[in-house]
Amino acid sequence: MANTFAFAESRGGALRRVAFEAVSAARALADASGGGEVHALLAGAPGVAALASELGKYGADVVIVVEHAGLANANAESLAATAAARIKAGGYRAAIFSASAQGRDLAPRVAAQLGVSMAADVTSFEFAGDALVVRHPAYAGKVIATLKLTGSPAIVTLRPGARAAVEAAREARVESAQPASDPGASKVVVKEMIVGGGAKLDIGDAPVIVSGGRGLKSAENFKLVEDLAAAFGNAAVGATRAVTDDGWRPHSDQIGQTGRQVSPELYVALGISGAIQHIAGMRNSRTIVAINKDKEAPIFKVADYGIVGDVIEILPVLTAAVKEARAKG
Amino acid sequence: MKIAVCIKRVPDMETRFKIAANGTSVDESGLKYDMSDFDGYAVETALQLNEKQGPGETVVISLGPDVVQEQLRKALSMGADRAVQLKADRVPADGLAIARALAAELKEGGYDLILFGRQAVDSANATVGPMTAELLGLPCATAVSTLDIANGRATARRDLEGATEVVEFALPAVVSVDEGMPRARYPSLKGIMAAKKKPLEVKPAQLGDERISIEKMELPPERAAGRIVGEGPGAVPELVRLLHTEAKVL
Amino acid sequence: MQDFFDIDSALSEEERAVRASVRQFVDERILPIIGDCYVEGRFPKEIIPGLAELGVFGANLPEEYGCAGLNNVAYGLIMQELERGDSGIRSFASVQGALVMYPIFAFGSEEQKKHYLPKMAAGEIIGCFGLTEPDFGSNPSGMITMAKEQADGSWILNGAKMWITNGSQAKIAVVWAKTNGDKSDKSIRGFIVPTNTPGFTAKDQKGKLSLRASDTSELVFQDVHLPKDAILPKSGGIKSPLMCLTQARYGISWGVIGAAMACYEEALAYSTSRVMFDKVIGGFQLQQQRLAIMLTEIVKAQLVSLHLGRLKDAGKLTPQQVSLAKRNNCDIATDVAREARRLLGANGILAEYASMRHMANLESVYTYEGTHDIHTLILGQAVTGLSAFN
Repeated sequence: MANTFAFAESRGGALRRVAFEAVSAARALADASGGGEVHALLAGAPGVAALASELGKYGADVVIVVEHAGLANANAESLAATAAARIKAGGYRAAIFSASAQGRDLAPRVAAQLGVSMAADVTSFEFAGDALVVRHPAYAGKVIATLKLTGSPAIVTLRPGARAAVEAAREARVESAQPASDPGASKVVVKEMIVGGGAKLDIGDAPVIVSGGRGLKSAENFKLVEDLAAAFGNAAVGATRAVTDDGWRPHSDQIGQTGRQVSPELYVALGISGAIQHIAGMRNSRTIVAINKDKEAPIFKVADYGIVGDVIEILPVLTAAVKEARAKG
Repeated sequence: MKIAVCIKRVPDMETRFKIAANGTSVDESGLKYDMSDFDGYAVETALQLNEKQGPGETVVISLGPDVVQEQLRKALSMGADRAVQLKADRVPADGLAIARALAAELKEGGYDLILFGRQAVDSANATVGPMTAELLGLPCATAVSTLDIANGRATARRDLEGATEVVEFALPAVVSVDEGMPRARYPSLKGIMAAKKKPLEVKPAQLGDERISIEKMELPPERAAGRIVGEGPGAVPELVRLLHTEAKVL
Repeated sequence: MQDFFDIDSALSEEERAVRASVRQFVDERILPIIGDCYVEGRFPKEIIPGLAELGVFGANLPEEYGCAGLNNVAYGLIMQELERGDSGIRSFASVQGALVMYPIFAFGSEEQKKHYLPKMAAGEIIGCFGLTEPDFGSNPSGMITMAKEQADGSWILNGAKMWITNGSQAKIAVVWAKTNGDKSDKSIRGFIVPTNTPGFTAKDQKGKLSLRASDTSELVFQDVHLPKDAILPKSGGIKSPLMCLTQARYGISWGVIGAAMACYEEALAYSTSRVMFDKVIGGFQLQQQRLAIMLTEIVKAQLVSLHLGRLKDAGKLTPQQVSLAKRNNCDIATDVAREARRLLGANGILAEYASMRHMANLESVYTYEGTHDIHTLILGQAVTGLSAFN
């Protein structure tokens, strides 16, 4: 019975949520297709081994730990070589990565090294005979494609948040391994890792996203959006392409077809008219609230709840109301 | 510098798509096509690099049927020097097959830099760029939001979730570009005329095996209609109440 | 706008590429500012370098003079896309290309062509066209502006022109004047007048309720002394300025289609989102009728101009054919704009929506370059052989 491989992403000495999603998905795949073990690859700076037991909680039978100073700041070449070597040696039937920024960079390299095809940014996958059948949002999220991937191992990247990590505790055995290529010999060198830049919560992780558009009239008015995010406590601030183009917010905050695709519990669209390319980035949010002074704005077509009015007037009132509601518990 | 840019022809994403009768593709009738957005940034990046750094060559490559020549000519009218069509009946669903065909074309090209868009806006896989780099054995930086090149060395920024990575590498290399890179210029009318005289070569695409097939394409479920809760700041209490009791997100 | 009649299949890839480039320019650089410019009564001079770089000025003139060398259908599509933005913008380009660069190209000496055309294509020299006078609009043959040749071959120019687009920002004016006291229209010649010549004044005409995002001026010539080489050597008679008008009218027949398309698209989008009596207004019969008529007239106008463009490229075009196109297309465009404005209801009177701005602009376009009525008489004369002008 072949085993299933999962890549456990970590950063700054901590596992990211997507690592648990990948391991949990591997566990579910293994269980649904006749069993076999889940082997998770955990690589990073020395000390990262301490995180191994957390992976066991989500169903990893084996955690392959690769510790090296040169892996402190990722290191795509060495990680790809290491993952590819392990996947090849282990005869896995499937290898699951997250479609996070790192995963999207890593998995194609691994697939190409192994000479196998891969399915990207999938929201679900299961075996049908020897082939892996996956679902993948395409065409700016307007079409869902069902794809069949043949060849072994089947490599996929799993869309972050598409499948919640489910606990399925296993006694994870730890195996130590060496990087398959010397991290110091990598041709692309990470010179610097700049964390945060003010924003505490990344829009990819936040359960609530409050997002601002042109209706805010100026970069300074984004303070009102930040205040609302702070009132929610667990919110990140997003932006439309129009305001990132104008330099009011950084590009990495842009939500839309050519920006980030998000699916939070709650998306609050503030002063956003609802251009199709923006909606492509947030249409899968569970609940959408829109505030815009134009009653005919397209955003109201996708919103669950809307308020028509001047967002600059309404924001402070909404912020106070949210603060109060949360205080009441 | 000798720069190659790989581009893809995609339909206009503003379209309300319909599924074709065969159930495995999008209905193409009435669709308008253009270069994928990020590919446009890649072409623009190449043009700006060669404009700033003295004489060079920008070559654009696209895989697909003859209609992709329209997008190749658009790149030529923006200022690219030469175009290559790798001819195939359709663009495969398998990124590795595409990467193989591109690598075969790029291998002997002597390129200093090979650019891709981060992902095609229709298939949205982000696999072809890094796969091509692996097949060529070249260093690769994906999804860069800035790219500076001097004396055969490159520095780039990559956005991770909640962090930015600054990377350095020597050329030749493969880079895929993301938001933050310059938007595509619109071709000048003289450029459109000049494009007609620039070389556009057609060669067969060497795809090899394809291991991914499309089983089905379907439209996602419609969202249930929402409602306007009220007007002005006065509507806030009702909104908050609904978020608490109905949506249960607060 | 949906290509309802697949007219795109009758366009070459190059023509569609030209249209796409100009459309993108208008979307990104003109639409965001034009509503405000119209309200303020200001022509957005700041887009001139961008328009020049795009290659819009004199786009159908040859590459050897620094122009894009496009065919006439591509030229028409440029006008269509510019006027989809605003008639004032398209008027600027029409004047620069068809009314100043064209006469220099058609009637100028090689030195004049080499000196002016590349700089005009690059937007470094802006020109205006001085034909219409305060008392002579529909009847340009009656003009009283007079140029007197001096012993040394130079000229002294006296007179006035009115309703001159680009007048106050132009560096040169192509002025049409009768010569040497001869009051017949046979004596009309064209002159390139640098606007900084002593005795030349240009004054903005204020109080316009139409073409507000355009520069319209009165020109006055008081003993303006022109050198020998100011004359356009191959010009002669009323025919010369009329040939220029034919060029401009051709472009206008395309341009107004753009304005009509903009109004139709706005009306259609509004009709499918505006709710009244519990349903979108696009579901009501009267609004559907409006939309059906607008669509039909736009399609017809497109086909008229497209065929006209192919005739022009084949060298077979007649001024009367251009009259038919200008007359029809301006007429339907004013109707489309008005009906779109009406469909928009109260919102339709706001500057935020384009239809009323287009509606007001199109009244000028209906009137200039040969009023609707004049073109009616041109066609009447063409088919009966009888002049009904006076």
